[in-house]
Formats: sequence, C-alpha cells, structure tokens
Amino acid sequence: MSNRVFHAVAGTISVLWLLPIVAVLITAVRSFDDIAANGLASLPRSFTLAGFADAWTNGGAGAMWNSVLVTVPTVFLSLALSSAAAYALSRFEIPGRRSVILLMLAGNLLPPQILLVPVSKLTELLGIYDTLIALIVVQVGFGLGFYTFVLQGFMRAMPNEVQEAATIDGAGPVQIFWRIVLPMTRPALAALAALAFTWIFNDLLWAITVLRSSSVMPVTPALLALQGQYVSNWNVIAAGSVIAAIPTVVVFLRFQRHFISGLAVGAVK
Amino acid sequence: MRRRIPPVLLLFVLVPLLVEGFWVFWPALQGFWLALTNWDGVSPPRFVGADNYARMLGDPVFHTAVTNTAIWLVLFGGLSAVGGLGLAVLLQKERRGVGVYRAALFVPVVFSLVATSLIWQVLYQPGGIFDSSPLADPDTALYAVLVPALWRQVGYVMVLYLAGLKGIDPGLYEAATLDGATAWQKFTHVTWPQLRSVNSVVLSVIVIDSLRSFDVVWSMTRGGPYHSSELLSTYMYSTAFQSLKLGYASALAVVIFVLAFGVIVTYLVRAFREN
Repeated sequence: MSNRVFHAVAGTISVLWLLPIVAVLITAVRSFDDIAANGLASLPRSFTLAGFADAWTNGGAGAMWNSVLVTVPTVFLSLALSSAAAYALSRFEIPGRRSVILLMLAGNLLPPQILLVPVSKLTELLGIYDTLIALIVVQVGFGLGFYTFVLQGFMRAMPNEVQEAATIDGAGPVQIFWRIVLPMTRPALAALAALAFTWIFNDLLWAITVLRSSSVMPVTPALLALQGQYVSNWNVIAAGSVIAAIPTVVVFLRFQRHFISGLAVGAVK
Repeated sequence: MRRRIPPVLLLFVLVPLLVEGFWVFWPALQGFWLALTNWDGVSPPRFVGADNYARMLGDPVFHTAVTNTAIWLVLFGGLSAVGGLGLAVLLQKERRGVGVYRAALFVPVVFSLVATSLIWQVLYQPGGIFDSSPLADPDTALYAVLVPALWRQVGYVMVLYLAGLKGIDPGLYEAATLDGATAWQKFTHVTWPQLRSVNSVVLSVIVIDSLRSFDVVWSMTRGGPYHSSELLSTYMYSTAFQSLKLGYASALAVVIFVLAFGVIVTYLVRAFREN
C-alpha cells in the first residue's frame, strides 16, 4: 500500500473514530440556551464552562472523591495480595500449585451475574451494604484470580540464580520477595495497575449491586444519576461524561506503553 | 525451586485464596442453590426445584433476551473481531504517523461504557444525526446500543491482534515475497495460520465480553423500549433488583453461566497447557 493511500484510509478512519468525542466536547462547552434555540447539530454559537460547573457541583465532586476512595485501595490491595500469591505459586513447589492457579483464574472468568444476588445479600449480612468498603472487598475478591495468573507467569520467567544467590546469603523467602522479586516484577505491576485502575474506575455493575445511596456512588454510576437529573440538559450531560473520562484518559496517556502491554499480556499469554 | 516450603508462603497463598473463596466461590455456589428457590429477599428462600427453569420456557421476555443475546454475540463479537483484525493489519507496519492512528482508535477503550453511552446518547438526540432517537424505536434500539459498544470494543481487539502480528517471524513474509505471493496470499497463507492462538484468545474474550455486556444497554435503554433491547444480563439484573424475584434471577444467571461455560473451560485448558 502506498504511503498516500495508507494515510488517506487510516486518517479517515481515525477522524471518524474521534468525531463522537469532538462532538461531545463541543456540546459540553455550549450554553443550554444555545442548544435549545439552535439544536444539537448546529454550529456552536456560545462558549461557556457552565455545564462543567453544574456537573461538578451537583454530585460530580463528591462522586470523584468516592471513586478515589474506592479505586486506590482496591488497586493496592489487589496487587499486594495477588503478587504474594503469585510469588509463592511461581517460585516454590507448593503442592497443587497448578490447580490453585487455575481455580483462582476460573473465579475471575465467571460471569458476575451468578454472584450479584448472593454478594449483595452477603454485604447486607456483614452490615457493609451501601458502604465503599463493600465495593472495595468485592472488587478485590473478583479481580485477584486474573492478577495472580498474570503475575505468576511473569515471575516464573525470572532466572533462578538470583534467588539461589540470595538464599545462600541467608535471605529468607519474605526478604527475597520484598527485595528481589517484587522490584523485578515492576513492569508487570505497572501494567496491571494501569489496567486495574481503569476497570475499577469504570465499573458500574458492582457499584449498583452493593451501593444504594447517591452520597456513596463513585463517578461511573453517578453519571447515570446525572443523566436522570438533567434530562435534555445536553451540555451538562456532555460535560459530565468528559469529567468522568478524564482520569482514565490521563492514566492511559501517562502509562500508554504499560497499558497496552498489560492488555496484550492478559490475553495473549 | 526449593523442596521444603516455608510456612509463611502458605499464608501468601491462603490469604488471597480465602478472600476469593469468600467473595467469589462461596457466593457462586449460593447462586446455583438460589436458582432452585423462590425468594423475595426478605422471607426465607423456598425450594421449588427446577420450576424457575420451567418458567423460562413460557416467558416471552426471556425469549427476547436470549434472541438478543445471540444477535449481540454474533454482531458485537463478529464485527469487533473482523474490524479489530482489519485495523491491526492496516496499522501493523511501523511507519510515520501510525502511533497516532492506533491511539485514535484506542482512546474509546479507556472510557467507561456509561460515559460512552452518554456520548452516543447526545449524538442520537432528535436534531442531531437523526430526526428521532433510534433508542426510542423498538425496531432499532438494540442496534443503536450496539454501535457505541462496537466503537469501544474494536480498538481493544485491534490491540490484541497487533500483539499477535508482532509475534510473527518476518522471515515468513520475506520467503513469501520471494515466492511471488500477493498481499492476499500472504494474509491467507502466512498471517492467518500464524494467528491461530490469538484467534482462540480473541474468541474467548469476545464470548465472555458479549455475555457480560450490561453497562452499555443499562445506561442507554434499561433493556427497553418494551424489552426490545433486553439482554440476558440486563434482564437478570432487573429481575433481581427491581422485581425482587431473586430465585428466578439466579436461574437466569445460571443460564448465562452455562452459555459461558464452554469458553471458560477452553480458556482454562489453554492456560493449563502453558503453565
């Protein structure tokens, strides 16, 4: 394919792909009156950040904070627990290690629907229904299998010599994990952290299963509520979607290489 | 590898395993049991055997949901696989500007499906692209929801295929060029056979993602109008948390599990072989 044809084809597709985003960005900075008078499809005749202000002050700020409170501990706990499990399962002859790895992965592949009713009742039983703690523990439990599987594959590929040398020097298994294996696992941890961040930040299903009050809703479910609250205020709804997308876009741009390799590792390995 | 296992390592495995057991395996077992009961969530569940499954046969919404899930599997899965592969082949060669194109196609993948559906709802409003919203018409609602879902999924599948294409030995293409192969022949005789393992991964990802699809439908239509865009996943959710028929909802979840079962096992067998 010649260069010119290639750029024409790829360029057209890319522009088409980005068009919805551009349209929403434009809608987000128009005024309500402009949209009401001239319609959504007309060229913008106004510029205002009022839509962003409305979305942010009417629940957006609180929801963003809730998302931080859920996402940061969930990512941290998930990776801490799964890297410990992956270390033991990949570097030592734990009896039944293959079965354990596959069992854990199998749990992550289950359709979440089978868990929704029991999990919601379980959180009620424990008295944590409608709290962020419920959302954190549920998502940690559900994600562990996948992270463990990816990390143990990565740790298995490390050379044995380093561990042996450290053992001869008198380092215990925990020291080896902390000082040698974890630092060497950093690329995989970064990839998984970027992936996990977007998954958890973008989650809707678990949130609406274990949460009810609008005061505890993270950004993604809160966006749905915003839609109900601002029916046909398209500038506010568009601004809300932009705000909700910013954190994951920032993580993606910052960790692009890790992010893509994480997706590929998870699936192609 | 050491022979004697230090006890602290057992903790390293047991703690995560217990967490997953408590929040995944134990609830899953309960789910299968609840599918055999009638339960409103308040009074104790009443055992009814296979009644819930028998009820599905006469439930027109269930039939719509199954049909729509099948349509979703074929269109969402099929089109994202074909589109993702096509774009990966187009953007596989490292050349100037290719990173920008890849990023453009990938950007929607990082949006939540809720944000994605709001973006498209803005576009779908009367006076936007269409005179009346395709989401409001039972004949078009399912397809109107499918477009945003595809918009987001294609970039993801493209990344999987790009990784697969990268792994193909360039020598194979050189040999094919020496033999005078056309671009199409190179695709069918080199690329496609070499992508076998990626294809099976993409197939599992697609089936699992299709059956899990919930957010985009729930945010755009809640399965309506008149259940016309209902999927098994949305029907399960509304049956459980809006109609509070927890037993019947659990049985619907078991149906989703059964549909996903074959793919899950295939995926695990692959994982087992590579371990």
